[in-house]
Amino acid sequence: MIDLEQVRKVAHLARLELTPAEESQFTTQLSNILEYVQQLDTLDTANVEPTTRAIEVSNITRPDQLQPFPERESILAEAPEREDDFFKVPKILDDD
Amino acid sequence: MTTAAPVKTQYEAVIGLETHCQLSTETKIFSASSTEFGADPNTYIDPVTMGLPGVLPVLNQKVLEYAVKTGLALSCQIAPYSKFDRKQYFYPDLPKNYQISQYDLPIAEHGWLEIELTEAGEAVRKRIGITRLHMEEDAGKLVHAGSDRLSGSAYSLVDYNRAGIPLIEIVSEPDLRSGQEAAEYAQELRRIVRYLGVSDGNMQEGSLRCDVNISVRPVGQQEFGTKVEIKNMNSFSAIQRAIDYEIERQIAAIESGEPIMQETRLWEEGAQRTISMRSKEGSSDYRYFPEPDLPPIEVSLQQLESWQAELPELPAKKRQRYESELGLSVYDARILTDDKTVADYFEAAVAAGASAKLVANWVMSDIAAYLNAEKVSIDEIKLKPESLAEMVQMIEAGTISNKIGKDLLPELLSQGGSPKAIVEQKGLSQISDTGEIEAMIDEVLAAHPDELEKYRAGKKKLQGFFVGQVMKRTGGRADPKLTNQLLSQKLNGK
Repeated sequence: MIDLEQVRKVAHLARLELTPAEESQFTTQLSNILEYVQQLDTLDTANVEPTTRAIEVSNITRPDQLQPFPERESILAEAPEREDDFFKVPKILDDD
Repeated sequence: MTTAAPVKTQYEAVIGLETHCQLSTETKIFSASSTEFGADPNTYIDPVTMGLPGVLPVLNQKVLEYAVKTGLALSCQIAPYSKFDRKQYFYPDLPKNYQISQYDLPIAEHGWLEIELTEAGEAVRKRIGITRLHMEEDAGKLVHAGSDRLSGSAYSLVDYNRAGIPLIEIVSEPDLRSGQEAAEYAQELRRIVRYLGVSDGNMQEGSLRCDVNISVRPVGQQEFGTKVEIKNMNSFSAIQRAIDYEIERQIAAIESGEPIMQETRLWEEGAQRTISMRSKEGSSDYRYFPEPDLPPIEVSLQQLESWQAELPELPAKKRQRYESELGLSVYDARILTDDKTVADYFEAAVAAGASAKLVANWVMSDIAAYLNAEKVSIDEIKLKPESLAEMVQMIEAGTISNKIGKDLLPELLSQGGSPKAIVEQKGLSQISDTGEIEAMIDEVLAAHPDELEKYRAGKKKLQGFFVGQVMKRTGGRADPKLTNQLLSQKLNGK
């Protein structure tokens, strides 16, 4: 269902660092999950419209009205690191 | 291809544009924080912008309206069913690690816009396909500390004021063939969003950003060459120059047998060249999936019709109408329709009864110079279009001369008022009475016997001098045509 290489790729895309033991463990577990879900393939869906959602609701919008968030400072205070009013993040690219 | 220099005719460029356009809403696309430009860092943040757990983004109604109106203005099909998707990538300009965008069901598709280039005074029109238009949120802004360059900085600072600002992305078909066509396409797009009032289209503030996809191929070849993306142009002329540079670079590479790399290049304004940007590894694997927090969009036919009815006359239509109905030149039509407020002003003056060509001249010369000098917009000046029409009509009727009109204009522009009333009050109306002018000519000739003698001796140029003297005595009010005519009779009739 899913092989070791695919698990490594997905882990990389999600920026997860896995040990070799975890890699093989997740390969087995993810395969089991996918196999379980695959039972759905036995259903005949030829006459069912494809959907991306489970609830039948559409067109939910709000008016373009300003409502400033009053606790800006509390958001900034949650930052792991800040410099004045900026969020501070580690350097983005490795040096060559 | 019609626009390449003769030496390059064996190659043609294939160009498409991706344009991001910031919508002029009060609040962000999915939250009620302000979209104001230039505030202190992180002034406009909130739990939705920051992607904090448990928040629920809700689409701004104006964003939908503006996106659909732009789609309609670009002759697109508006999707009967549209949805948002999450585009995953890791970069600190987005606090959520994904951007809410639209992937496979964009709000609008399959449209076109018409660009107009002028060749020898004639309009050459070309239809450029629009592949799609979708809604998405903008990202935050990074400041790289300790270095100008990303790679050398020890850490970065992030300002999320811009995160969540509503954007529409408009993707063109690869129908453009030169830098000039691409720059004109971008300008027309800006005119359209400004006419619609959905965006200010300000390139310096980043409200309008264009990325260019470009490849070259030998003329006649069906397959496309290897595509290169260029970013970082912040003016229309930069778009044109970056493309022209890149066409030359790619042709030179092909001719010397070097491979063209599929890559992203940056336009360097200072050096006037494009440079290769390091490609981000695996960056194309965005793993889009439907955004579960936002329900789909199904624009009703009724809503669609009501938005369609609200669209103004668009620039391309206006240009053609000015030419065919008002008899203006291609050039005049382009200048007058570039800015909707100018076009509205012009049309109001024409509607008040003045000649279109004369109004066009006043708007494009004296009034344009005033707007430029005073740094004001035409809807801010004291001279109302109806008053301009009144003055133009007085000139047309011969009540005042063109010269008096020009003299009156500064006062009208800065203080307003009725031209008719000012002319009466100051006694500026044109003297068209034959007897009155003849008497004046007699006085002038009597006062300048030397000049008269020289004239009779053959110095015919002196007629201008005598006209000038008559004008001086009448404060410029004598009908110049009539004065010339009467003067000729007097001087030569004997």
